[in-house]
Amino acid sequence: MAREITYRDALREALREEMERDERVFLMGEDIGHYGGSYAVTRGFLEEFGPKRVRDTPIAELGIVGAGIGAAIGGLRPVVEIMTINFSLLAMDQIVNHLAKLHYMFNGQFTAPVVIRTAAGFGQLGATHSQTFEGWYAHVPGLRVVMPAVPKDAKGFLKSAIRGNDPVIFIEHSLIYRNRGEVPDDEDFLLPLEGAEVRREGTDVTIVSWSRGYYLALGAAEELAREGIDCEVIDLRVLRPLDIDTVVRSVQKTNRLVVVEEGWRTLAMGAEIAAAVQERAFDYLDAPIARVGSLEVPMPYARNLERLVVPNKDRVVAAVRQVLY
Amino acid sequence: MTSTVGGRSPGLALPKSELLEMYRQMVLIRRFEEAAAEQYALGKIAGFLHLYIGEEAVAVGAIRAMDPRDHLVTHYRDHGYALALGLDPGRCMAELFGKSTGLVGGRGGSMHFADASKNFWGGYAIVSGHLPIAVGLGLASQYQNERRVAVAIFGDGATNAGPFHESMNLAALWKLPVLFLCENNLYGMGTAVEYASAVREMAKKACAYDMPAERVDGQDVLAVYDATKVALEHCRAGNGPFFIEALTYRFRGHSMADPEMYRSKEEVEEYRRQRDPITLFRTRLTQEGIAKAAEFDEIDQEVEEVITAAVRFAEESPEPDPATVMEHVYAEPVRVS
Repeated sequence: MAREITYRDALREALREEMERDERVFLMGEDIGHYGGSYAVTRGFLEEFGPKRVRDTPIAELGIVGAGIGAAIGGLRPVVEIMTINFSLLAMDQIVNHLAKLHYMFNGQFTAPVVIRTAAGFGQLGATHSQTFEGWYAHVPGLRVVMPAVPKDAKGFLKSAIRGNDPVIFIEHSLIYRNRGEVPDDEDFLLPLEGAEVRREGTDVTIVSWSRGYYLALGAAEELAREGIDCEVIDLRVLRPLDIDTVVRSVQKTNRLVVVEEGWRTLAMGAEIAAAVQERAFDYLDAPIARVGSLEVPMPYARNLERLVVPNKDRVVAAVRQVLY
Repeated sequence: MTSTVGGRSPGLALPKSELLEMYRQMVLIRRFEEAAAEQYALGKIAGFLHLYIGEEAVAVGAIRAMDPRDHLVTHYRDHGYALALGLDPGRCMAELFGKSTGLVGGRGGSMHFADASKNFWGGYAIVSGHLPIAVGLGLASQYQNERRVAVAIFGDGATNAGPFHESMNLAALWKLPVLFLCENNLYGMGTAVEYASAVREMAKKACAYDMPAERVDGQDVLAVYDATKVALEHCRAGNGPFFIEALTYRFRGHSMADPEMYRSKEEVEEYRRQRDPITLFRTRLTQEGIAKAAEFDEIDQEVEEVITAAVRFAEESPEPDPATVMEHVYAEPVRVS
């Protein structure tokens, strides 16, 4: 059985089920308790689970991520919420120098199974509140970086992340919390934290994206379908470990690739995907790989300027046309 | 400042065997570090090598006071803690040599000793970066009602960094069982405390977080032991964190690469002559009539043999198997590529 629920509710269900299942699971973050979570994912949790398991923290991202690491070493299952991915930069040292490395550096003696939930997104929020840094985290061995686009993945990934033994950077998106989709009823519905998914089959061109970008890709594919252009759409879902095989198999069929991402293109996921695909499928490519990303500027506030900066469906459509010559 | 000189120390009531064990551990650390310096000069040890010589009383006094269930995280000058925990000197030396028999299989090196079986969750090499981790260990203890204390050892330099303040605040806010043990050796690498910290007494920084604090003579192993005992009881009883500042001194450079331009030879010589924790403790135990010269000499001789064997063990151990280089990046299998 399955129900249609929102992305936000999928996350809420995952958290609630895992908290009910395992006493060691607790939540910690800024404004997750009394305020109810800045994106309302944890609304009501403080009342339901109490202050021991739903912990409002000071505004100290580094401190709370580090405390999560220690708590995990000490036997707990912390889910740390960093309000937005912009603020995660304050915790970069804990994430990159500590969390990602403990298992390897100490020769596998112990793990730190911390889940860091955070959100990308934009919407006239200005330069420091509109960024997306998934590529920065995906750069680092030792982290698992997931960025689900659909409610089913949001729930299945979050439950697996909490039960698993690796650190997970779990990146949501402020503009898709209300998106709806089918989610299985099973309380033990888990998804492996790896693997891309072909969500729309096609023969002419492959469009790869993830998170909100997936919806741009899908919208572009539907528009192009009306003119008889048949796009295959891949939701990458997980950025580390990267499932290049699925992309390569698709490119071997379509011979053309467009990567859509929300952030800057320079040294970003799209660059990595393009490099990996040309290494493995050079002879199959009939056109240079196209990358759609944001303009390389700090995000401006003004509505018209912001619209110029972020990728949209029209730019994805244009990129598809560009590779179809 | 707490010192046991001229007064009685509860630590003196410890059985003679334990007092001599504390002496032995300090000599072991001293000789281990000297041997490591020799092996570094011979090219057997590479990278960074930060020696604990001069500071032995802090590790030995504090760890002797801890319960084996208590957690420990430390900074990167970490050989002394491993040895004070009773870890095998051969495996410690092998880690410096980058051998498979090392404490962490040659993956960590000098700065990243660890042993989960001793609740020693590692030496950390980003200054102050391990303090939030100690807070989390304290949280785990409180959450699970374990009455274990998380002990974090760090230097004076760490107290000027943001993670220190975030950690102090969180530990105090949540009344976590965390002992912040600051080794004030007067220099953060080559920068003297007075060039780095607006407050010269590190213990004063605890006031900002309403945290009880104590200054202790870090060259006096019994003073460190006594202060740590009291602090641990405070934490274990659910009264929240505690801060200890141990005044100590590093007799060698910051690392092997340090030409020591920032302090005078006379200053170092003065400390070596007047404030050597091993000499001070030996003199104390002699004056108290607890042990005689021959007993100390016997321990010194035994340590020599242990160190010789440790170096030999490290020398003869195999390098890590190249086939294992990708192991332990993740705890769960990775299937995609």
